[in-house]
Amino acid sequence: MDIMSKSKRSSKTVRYKRSLGKSYIDNWQLLVLFLPGLITLILFSYASMFGLLIAFKDYRIMEGVFASPWVGFEHFHTLFGGKDFPRVLRNTLVISISKLIVGFPMPIILALLLNEMRNKLYKSTIQTLSYLPHFFSWVTLGGIMLNVFSYNGPFNSILKMLGMNTSIDFFGNNAWFIVMLLVSSVWSGIGWSSIVYLASLSAVDESLYEAAMIDGAGRWKQTLHISIPTIMPTITTVLILNMGSILNGGFDQIFNMYNATVYEWSDIIDTYVYRQLESMDYSLGTAMGLFKSVVSLILVLSVNKITKKINDSESAVF
Amino acid sequence: MKIKRTAGEKIFNVFNYIILAFIGIVSLYPFWYTVSMSFSTLAEASRDGLHLFPMDTTLASYKAVFENKDLYTAYGNTILRTVLGTVYSLFMQAGFAYALSRSNMPNRKFWAFVAVFTMLFNGGTIPTYLNIRNLGLLDSFWVYILPLGMNVYNMIILRNSFNAIPESLYESAKLDGAGDIRIFTQIFLPLSKAALATVVLWIAVGHWNSYMDNLLYVGDTTKKVLQMYMREIVQDNKTELILSGQMDASITDYNDETVKSATIVVSMLPILCVYPFIQKYFVKGVMLGSVKG
Repeated sequence: MDIMSKSKRSSKTVRYKRSLGKSYIDNWQLLVLFLPGLITLILFSYASMFGLLIAFKDYRIMEGVFASPWVGFEHFHTLFGGKDFPRVLRNTLVISISKLIVGFPMPIILALLLNEMRNKLYKSTIQTLSYLPHFFSWVTLGGIMLNVFSYNGPFNSILKMLGMNTSIDFFGNNAWFIVMLLVSSVWSGIGWSSIVYLASLSAVDESLYEAAMIDGAGRWKQTLHISIPTIMPTITTVLILNMGSILNGGFDQIFNMYNATVYEWSDIIDTYVYRQLESMDYSLGTAMGLFKSVVSLILVLSVNKITKKINDSESAVF
Repeated sequence: MKIKRTAGEKIFNVFNYIILAFIGIVSLYPFWYTVSMSFSTLAEASRDGLHLFPMDTTLASYKAVFENKDLYTAYGNTILRTVLGTVYSLFMQAGFAYALSRSNMPNRKFWAFVAVFTMLFNGGTIPTYLNIRNLGLLDSFWVYILPLGMNVYNMIILRNSFNAIPESLYESAKLDGAGDIRIFTQIFLPLSKAALATVVLWIAVGHWNSYMDNLLYVGDTTKKVLQMYMREIVQDNKTELILSGQMDASITDYNDETVKSATIVVSMLPILCVYPFIQKYFVKGVMLGSVKG
C-alpha cells in the first residue's frame, strides 16, 4: 500500500513533467516568438549579473571572473573606509534629493494649469513646446546649456541688462553647478512628466466639476477638492518610482556638463564607477555599483510595500 | 451651461495664459538661441544679448561642419544602427510580449517575472562591460544593436495592447487552423498599430540619442556614432576637428560657439523635422504605459 502510493506519486510527477514538456512542444510557435527575447535577457542582463562576483574577488583580467581568487569583503572595507565614498554618496543624495524637491512638484503644477486652460489650441501648443527637450540626448541638452549659461551667453546678458556688474561662471562653481543641474532637469522633464498627470486628470467625470460649480465652488476649490484628489494615486506611483532611483542622480546629465572644477560636489556614484572602469580598477567600481543596486532594490520594494499597506494597493507599482 | 465668471477667475485666466506662455518660451528658447547662433557671423556671435534673430547671417559655420568627413561617417553609422536596431528590437519585443499575452504559454507568470526582474536589478556598468568583452562584442558594430534587443518597459506596453484584443478573435483563428506565428503577424500586429508606433518611435529615438555604448565599447573611429562625434566637439572642445586647416582667422567667419551650435543643429535636424508629426504617439505611449502591467 505504502509502496503503491509512492510509485503513484512519482508517476504523477513524471506525467506532470512530461505534460509540461509536451505543452512547450505543442506551443512551439509561441516558443519561436519568445526565445529570441529570452536569449537576449540571459545573454546580456543575467550574464552581466555574474560579473558582480568580482566585487568579492581580486579580479585579474587574464584569469577571468570565475578563476580570480576570492577576497571576501575586502573591497567593501576599502570602499567604505576610503574618503571617496562619503563624498560620492553625499553628492548623489544632495543632487537627487534637491532634484526631487524642485523637480517633482513642477510637472504636477503644469498639469493642473494646463487642465484649467480652456483654449484647446493654446494648450496643445504649450504642451508640444514643453515636451520638446525630452527627445534630445543629454549630449545635445548639455551642449545647449553650456552655451546659454556661458560666461558671455544670453543669460549673463540678461543679468547685465538688469544691472549686474559681473558675469557669473555657472559651470565653474559648485553651488551654481548644482543649480544648473536643477534648471536643466526641470527644463528637460517638466513637460514630459506632466503627461501622466494630464492623463489621469482627463479621466475625471465632467459632471463632478459641474456639480461643484452649482454648489458654488470656484476654480480653486474645484482644483483642491476634485483635481488633486483624482491624481493623488498617480502622484504616489511616480513618487515610488522616483524613490527607487534616489541613488541615480542622473549620470547622463552630469557627465555631459561637469568639469574638473566642480568634481567636489558633482561626482556621483555612477560617475565614480565610470572612472573606476576607465582606470581599470574593476573590483572596487563593481563593489560601489553593487552597493547602489542593492540599496535601490531594497528602497523600491519597501516603498512599494508601504504604499500597498496605506492605499490598498491602488497605487503600488508591483 | 454657462456660469458667470467672477473677477477672481478672470484674473486667474490671464495669469494662467501668462505662466503657460512663459513655460513654453523658456522650453523653446535654448533651441532657438542655438539655431540663431549657428547662422551668426563671428562679430554677431560675440555681441551681448538674447540673439533672437541674427542681424548678420552667414553659412560659414555650416560649411565648416560639412567639410569634415567624420560627420558623414558618424551620421551614416547612426542611421544604420537606428534602422537595423529598430527592426531587430521591435520584432524581438513584440514576439516576447505576444507569447506572454497568451494563456496557453507554459509558465507564463515565471517568464514574466524573469523579464521584470531585470528592471529592478542589473549588473551595473563594470560587470556589463566585462560581459560584453567576454561575448567578443568590443569594437563590433553589433554591440550597438544586440544588447538593446529587449526592453521590458516597451514589452509591457505591447503585452497590454495584445491583451486588449478580444480572446474570441484568437480562438476563432485557432479553430480555422492558424498557428501562433500567423496569428501574431496577420492579426495581432495589424491590430496594435498605436502601441507599435509608440514603441518604434521610442526605440528609434533611443538609438539616435545613444552614445554610451560607443564610449564604453567601441574605440574604432570608423564606427563612431553621431552623438559621440558631437560630444567630442561640444563637451571635449575638440573643435579643432573641424577648425583644422582653417588657420587664417581673417577669412573665417565663425568661432567655437557657432561651430558647436551648427553641429548641434545638424544632429537635431531629423528629430526636429518629424517631431510635430510623431509627438502624439509618444504621448499615447506614456498613457499606455501608465496602465498597470
